[in-house]
Amino acid sequence: MPDALFLSNLHVYHGDTCAVRDVDLHCMEGTVTALLGRNGAGKTTTLSAIAGLLAPKRGAIRFFGKPIERLGPEAICRLGIGLVPQGRRIFPTLTVAEHLEIAARAPRHEARRVWDRNAVEEVFPRLRERRRQLAGSLSGGEQQMLAIARALVTNPRILLLDEPAEGLAPQIVSEVADAIRALKANGLSILLVEHNIPLALSLADECVVLSSGEVVWRGCAPDLAASPDLLNQHLGVH
Amino acid sequence: MAFWASQSLNSLALGGLLFMLAAGFSLIFGLMRVANLAHGALFMLGAYVGLASVQAGLNFWLAALLAALAVGVVGGLIERFLLRRLQGRTLPQVLLTLGLAFIIADACLMVWGGDPMRLPPPEELRGAVRLGDLAFPRYRLFVMGASCAIGIGLWLLIERTRIGAMIRAAVDDMQMARAIGISASALFSAVFCLGAALAGLGGVLGGPILSVYPGLDADMLPLALLVVILGGAGSLLGAFIGAYLIGFVYTFGQALVPDLAYVILFLPMVAVLAIAPNGLFGRRLS
Ligand SMILES: Nc1ncnc2c1ncn2[C@@H]1O[C@H](COP(=O)(O)OP(=O)(O)O)[C@@H](O)[C@H]1O
Ligand SMILES: [Mg+2]
Repeated sequence: MPDALFLSNLHVYHGDTCAVRDVDLHCMEGTVTALLGRNGAGKTTTLSAIAGLLAPKRGAIRFFGKPIERLGPEAICRLGIGLVPQGRRIFPTLTVAEHLEIAARAPRHEARRVWDRNAVEEVFPRLRERRRQLAGSLSGGEQQMLAIARALVTNPRILLLDEPAEGLAPQIVSEVADAIRALKANGLSILLVEHNIPLALSLADECVVLSSGEVVWRGCAPDLAASPDLLNQHLGVH
Repeated sequence: MAFWASQSLNSLALGGLLFMLAAGFSLIFGLMRVANLAHGALFMLGAYVGLASVQAGLNFWLAALLAALAVGVVGGLIERFLLRRLQGRTLPQVLLTLGLAFIIADACLMVWGGDPMRLPPPEELRGAVRLGDLAFPRYRLFVMGASCAIGIGLWLLIERTRIGAMIRAAVDDMQMARAIGISASALFSAVFCLGAALAGLGGVLGGPILSVYPGLDADMLPLALLVVILGGAGSLLGAFIGAYLIGFVYTFGQALVPDLAYVILFLPMVAVLAIAPNGLFGRRLS
């Protein structure tokens, strides 16, 4: 199976400080890869570089074989990478419907499923009820659903999810988790950053652990779940 | 009574012109975070192009259309070939627009000379409408109506269309808007063209009221800046209300206490900023 996403020797800086150092990573098509690590490990920086929001200093990023490390975010989105950023970053002055309208893009590949407004409203029925509402007035959980829906209607081949459960009530977390599970069952490739380790391990096929910007472990999710020392040392799970 | 009525109409007409100037300035600033100091020069360029077209025999309305288009194209060229190269560097961008303001002003002086010229209003809008004892110049009434129509048109564009939603999204969070596939570059060009065209149109429509002369740019730019500071950068409603407010304050200030016109102009601004640092309708722009 081809790599949906392939990073090699990636270095990303914030100004003069190196936040991501020599990272290699690959996501196979149709799987969920979890990128884990403590706060400040460099997870968001890595996703930002993939999405084109930060230019890597060194290294390669390939999307289905195509180098994308020099492209801008709009071009990367159009190739089929959907970003659900940390903190959701919805547009407060736009309605729910407008979010989906401006992000909508026809799939440019043979998609298993075409994501349009109806399709995302099926996965997130709350968004249908809130269609005419300004996104700034939504609850945190609804904003997260909107952020995911906004990325889905670009019809991505891979979804980058940065802490989708952050700051949500437990009941909403399980709603969002069910939605992610449904996307995975649909065959969508996902690169997932999540601090809720049990949640991440329940969704992921492969895991990559970052510490201080470097990869310190990689393997399959059950192996990580079975290594309390690793979890303790790099993820702060007791 | 006649004095108050006619000065009020003058205020409304000036407010309408200021709105055409400030709306584009405010849109550009909200989206690109660039204070376009060439905006006054684009207004004046519009006035001269309109005047030259009328002198060449075009009718007023065609001349206005032509001037708006021409100034829109000039704005598009400025954005695409000059501002674009300084992307993300706000101070150099602002300095560039200041330089362009001088260049445009000098070019106008070279082409059209230093004498003030009057742009005649269109035939059908000459004369006045009589209401009892009061006479209201038709053309000023028209300018006020036109600015309201433009305001409503812009509001519909921003609030009710897909491209307007894209602009709002980019004002809210530019990077995120790009990450869902919105082309920042295309939006910048479109908004800069639109803002410049509005300034140019304002210049032509202002011609019969303000007349056309070197220094028109420098007279108008500070007023537009005041409007935007008062109303709040990036806010269309703010630009509208600010424009009419400044129109009144400036017109009555000039008529009643000409020596203090500028003091009276800046007082409301200081007062508003003391209470609402982002302007009356502005929100904090990151
Ligand atoms: N905008 C920024 N400017 C400077 N440093 C930053 C910025 N964003 C993140 N960093 C630094 O880069 C490192 C990695 O941050 P980040 O990728 O956000 O970590 P994570 O998402 O794993 O919590 C941290 O040390 C952080 O302080
Ligand atoms: Mg993070």
